[in-house]
Amino acid sequence: MSQSNPVELKITSSPSCLAAVRGAVEEMARYEGFGEMDSHALVLAVDEALANVIEHGYSGVEGLPIEVTLSAVRSSDHRAGVCVVVRDQGKQVDPGQICGRDLDDIRPGGLGVHIIRSVMDEVEYSCPNEGGMLLRMVKYVSSASAEKPEA
Amino acid sequence: MSEKPKDGSLVKEVRRGENATVVTLSGDVDLHHSPTLHAALVELAAERPKRLVIDLQEVPFMDSSGVGTFVEVFRRVSAYKGKMIFFGLSNRVRSVFEITKLDKFFTICENEQQAVTA
Repeated sequence: MSQSNPVELKITSSPSCLAAVRGAVEEMARYEGFGEMDSHALVLAVDEALANVIEHGYSGVEGLPIEVTLSAVRSSDHRAGVCVVVRDQGKQVDPGQICGRDLDDIRPGGLGVHIIRSVMDEVEYSCPNEGGMLLRMVKYVSSASAEKPEA
Repeated sequence: MSEKPKDGSLVKEVRRGENATVVTLSGDVDLHHSPTLHAALVELAAERPKRLVIDLQEVPFMDSSGVGTFVEVFRRVSAYKGKMIFFGLSNRVRSVFEITKLDKFFTICENEQQAVTA
């Protein structure tokens, strides 16, 4: 896997920041040659990850720091991809306890992690020693929809 | 009767008819807008329309907060034996319903004509 020229975004825990991050992620995905639905999957996963930080990590308190780092990567079979790292200073949760819920239970809430794990190729939560949570996730261009990046 | 609310809830237009209230949304249904959208839809559900029809043609993006909003309003509408129906989904919005398996739970129509008689 190669990695170069990361894009770093620093936002605060306000829902009004989400649209700007979605725009940046969409641009990165397009630049890396993602098709429409792969691009949407990546944008959706990042949105859900940030919403989880805002709602659960920071319990809805606005103005607290979140860092998002986007990096171009390549899969072992040379497909383009984007690695996203979301770093917060919120509550630490045992990564083993972060899982999607039963979808047969039709009720609001708790769908974010399910969506992230459904659409991303790699998802890894960790608890850094310095506090907060770190989420690293990767989405590669689907084999069927691989497109050449724009010049 | 047509009405254009100005409450920032993404509700662009509300049209009330004998068989259905059609609600046109415009914008991203995300964590930022879902609370006000929820409040607006709860208010409309309280009028107990036979069908609460949600027009998503102008919604380019929806996340799980939007899904949660619709599930909660669906419960209210179902409680008085009304129907909640969607139409005008883009591939992107439809994919969110599919990932959460709610495409099988909600009634989703191709167009408004189908939706108001579903």
